[in-house]
Amino acid sequence: MGRLTWAAIPFDQPVVMIASGTVGFVIFYVLALVTVKGWWPYLWREWITSVDHKRIGVMYIGLALLMLVRGFSDAMLMRSQLALAAGHAQGYLPPEHYDQIFSAHGTIMIFFVAMPFVIGLMNFVLPLQLGVRDVAFPVLNSVGFWLSAAGVLLVNVSLVVGEFARTGWLAYPPLSEVAYSPGVGVDYYLWSLQISGLGTLLSGINLTTTILKLRAPGMGYRQMPIFCWTALASNLLIVASFPILTATFAMLLLDRYCGFHFFTNDLGGNPMMYINLIWSWGHPEVYILILPAFGVFSEVVATFSGKPLFGRRSMVMATMVICVLSFLVWLHHFFTMGAGADVNAFFGVMTMLIAVPTGVKIFNWLFTLYGGRIRFTVPIYWALGFMVTFVIGGMTGVLMAIPPADFVLHNSLFLIAHFHNVVIGGVVFGVMAGITYWFPKAFGFTLNERLGKAVFWCWFFGFYLAFMPLYVLGLMGATRRMQHYSNMHWQPLMLVALAGAILILLGIALTGVQLAVSIRQRERNRDVTGDPWNGRTLEWSTPSPPPAWNFSHLPQVERADAFWAMKQQRGTAQDRDVKQTYERIHIPRNNPTGFFLAFCAVLLGFSLIWRIWWGAGLGLLGAIVVGLVQAWRTDGEIEVPAEKVAAFERLHGPKESVV
Amino acid sequence: MHAASPDRMSPNITRTPSAFAMWLRAISMTSAAMLVASCQEGVLDPQGPVGKAERVILYDSTAIMLAVIVPVIVLTLVFAWWFRAKNSHARYRPDWEYSGRIEMIIWSIPALVILFLGGIAWTGSHDLDPPAPLAESTAPLDIEVISLDWRWLFIYPKEGIASLNRLVVPAGVPLRFRLTSTTVMNSFFVPQLGSQIYAMPNMVTRLNLQADQPGTFEGLSAQFSGDGFSDMRFDLVSTQPEAFQDWVNATKTQGGVLDAKTFEELDRPAKADGVQTYAQVSEGLFDRISTSHMAAVSPQRGQ
Repeated sequence: MGRLTWAAIPFDQPVVMIASGTVGFVIFYVLALVTVKGWWPYLWREWITSVDHKRIGVMYIGLALLMLVRGFSDAMLMRSQLALAAGHAQGYLPPEHYDQIFSAHGTIMIFFVAMPFVIGLMNFVLPLQLGVRDVAFPVLNSVGFWLSAAGVLLVNVSLVVGEFARTGWLAYPPLSEVAYSPGVGVDYYLWSLQISGLGTLLSGINLTTTILKLRAPGMGYRQMPIFCWTALASNLLIVASFPILTATFAMLLLDRYCGFHFFTNDLGGNPMMYINLIWSWGHPEVYILILPAFGVFSEVVATFSGKPLFGRRSMVMATMVICVLSFLVWLHHFFTMGAGADVNAFFGVMTMLIAVPTGVKIFNWLFTLYGGRIRFTVPIYWALGFMVTFVIGGMTGVLMAIPPADFVLHNSLFLIAHFHNVVIGGVVFGVMAGITYWFPKAFGFTLNERLGKAVFWCWFFGFYLAFMPLYVLGLMGATRRMQHYSNMHWQPLMLVALAGAILILLGIALTGVQLAVSIRQRERNRDVTGDPWNGRTLEWSTPSPPPAWNFSHLPQVERADAFWAMKQQRGTAQDRDVKQTYERIHIPRNNPTGFFLAFCAVLLGFSLIWRIWWGAGLGLLGAIVVGLVQAWRTDGEIEVPAEKVAAFERLHGPKESVV
Repeated sequence: MHAASPDRMSPNITRTPSAFAMWLRAISMTSAAMLVASCQEGVLDPQGPVGKAERVILYDSTAIMLAVIVPVIVLTLVFAWWFRAKNSHARYRPDWEYSGRIEMIIWSIPALVILFLGGIAWTGSHDLDPPAPLAESTAPLDIEVISLDWRWLFIYPKEGIASLNRLVVPAGVPLRFRLTSTTVMNSFFVPQLGSQIYAMPNMVTRLNLQADQPGTFEGLSAQFSGDGFSDMRFDLVSTQPEAFQDWVNATKTQGGVLDAKTFEELDRPAKADGVQTYAQVSEGLFDRISTSHMAAVSPQRGQ
């Protein structure tokens, strides 16, 4: 069994054992329930093997919500540790445990919360907004999702079997080399990210192709919804940057497994190369996350203001400028490496330049509000909260782009406050707005408004309470990743930060309550029109939830805000043009390839982590066989007969056809 | 934000302002307390020319950006509140989506701000480049810094002495640092003196700082380096130049010799505990250490 022995399971750590025992029990209970109730065939048919982009999008978001709970429990552990460990106190988490927690928190929140949230939203929305029936490569889509899920599983296994990395979320060498991290923690980190990173790349290729090649008749780039534009930028960045990540990790893996010296201290290795490479991926990554969130805000602000987006061309241009510039700024993550004045100054100025298109976007949303008739629903709360919060994060970001300012702020809690300011205030707020906005499209009923607003206020005030003290602490000289500190002046601020984290925890809990309440009240909040918000883009022209084939007739697009234009021409949403004849539609057939590949990938990854070579061989062989079987499949599609389409439209389509 | 939500109006209209005022008071008091606290230590209370110049940059850039950001925040709230659906006085312009004049202004405002801040960044990067010598008439004091697992070793090459986990320097004299590491990366940082710089294996980085007045300032590693990272702190003691000379002379008469052998013992993972000085340091030790890993295989760190 390679290095795997019973000693790998931390029986001596009650915290870990109780936590994992509880999680294990819940998983066992859920699996038992599914088995007893006989839900497996349903799950297998409708979800696990589904290649429907809407189902896959929902599964991505479910995965992200689950991992948000995991990542946030790490955050609570850190905040409570730092609230306690002042002066001579050491808190309750020793360094070897605390180091794993902050490494896992960062890794999980970026790769397994923010990424699946954003990819899930894009997956669900893009084909509907583009007016097409599916993504370009439906099976690849499923494979991408399941590989991400495989990465998630491996990260969580590290909690119980072995350990996670103790290196921080980017695993800088030489600390992450075998000489300084001989355990399996870094291997868990590397393999889970290699597997999920492959999934992300496949998803990026798929969605890029979808946007470039599949659009409704008449929809040129000038008519394409703004969310699709931001998604295009984001996916282009995925395609361009994730191979860098994979290659960098591959080199570190060769160092660790085969005794290579890419990044070691000796025999000509150079850790600085890793730091350059990882940030060549890492900086585009933040724009991969934020650009789709900008897209969501653009849709939400326009819809709820009852106006088209102000300065659409500016917005598109700003998005694409950010997309390009994001590759020219990576060095600002290590101004303190001593690259020299000219290099630092160049990257400082390039970084600031990104603030120009970003500032333009803020003004565009501002002038979209101007002259609007604003309906204060939950999504617009998130959008306004974002506009107020994000500019503060943008300001501190530009501040740190000035190299001499960064010399005193680098790696401090000020930096932590800055990136949480833009990630929570930007990405999380955007995703929450997007989920609330498109939830009725996915499930056919709207979410509870009251609880949605409560969730917003918890996150909003929770964020300020948790992170404003961190800005101050950073200026006071507090550095990141410390497990305890001697300066007693810092403790009150740490306590305020803990209070903020508890408020956010309440917000997350209320999201659960909101979901449960909304499901119970679903009949009352049923969306029968398909257009609950008086929307502007094509997804609102379909019934909620849309059929597997999305559009019974492909829509004809003449201008941006296509659905709004249709409604203007034909009166209200109910009076859509109804053609009485339908044609048969081909939709992709369910496919278990992704699930089986993920199974093989978990086996392969786990075996490589523990150096169980026979297991790795088996996993690799399995993956090849599954791939070959898929390659020779010819029954990729099923046909929906015209009568079935017509029957669906009679039942769910525009009211006229029922009459 | 309370004011921006019209659905909270009507029955609650008398209660909302008081709750809002309470929030406002609580927030402003907390922020004021936080600001006062932050100005008494750390990077906003600099004790040398580098830190002072960096504080000026922090304040100036923040002020310039606030001049844009505060109006944006206010306008967001005002627009959202005025154009609420229930406000019959607000004019609804359902098709207004373009104005060339506004477009030009919204591209110009951030562009001008960034042009200005970009200038600060460019000149600041050159003026405050860590290896650049300070413009002082006094001859600088050379100090060699080695980051160990998880302690700091300071060698005074001219004086031929060394100190572990305590850095004694003369006030008012430029300090010229050369830094390296025997293990992983660390970042040498004394917040009240200004700039930090990485200490990296096989690399020598350079940094120039100065303490204007006598005092004790906390130094630390700002780059995570493993389990003992949190204790990797040291005191930088700035004294009058005469007192510094006394300390050098006293150090030369007590403590052991730092040579390859004693250094090997030092270069093993240990938590920072206590201060130690060395009366004698074998010549060229720093240069040998900063290139030693080029060929050798490093020892494994203990588990």
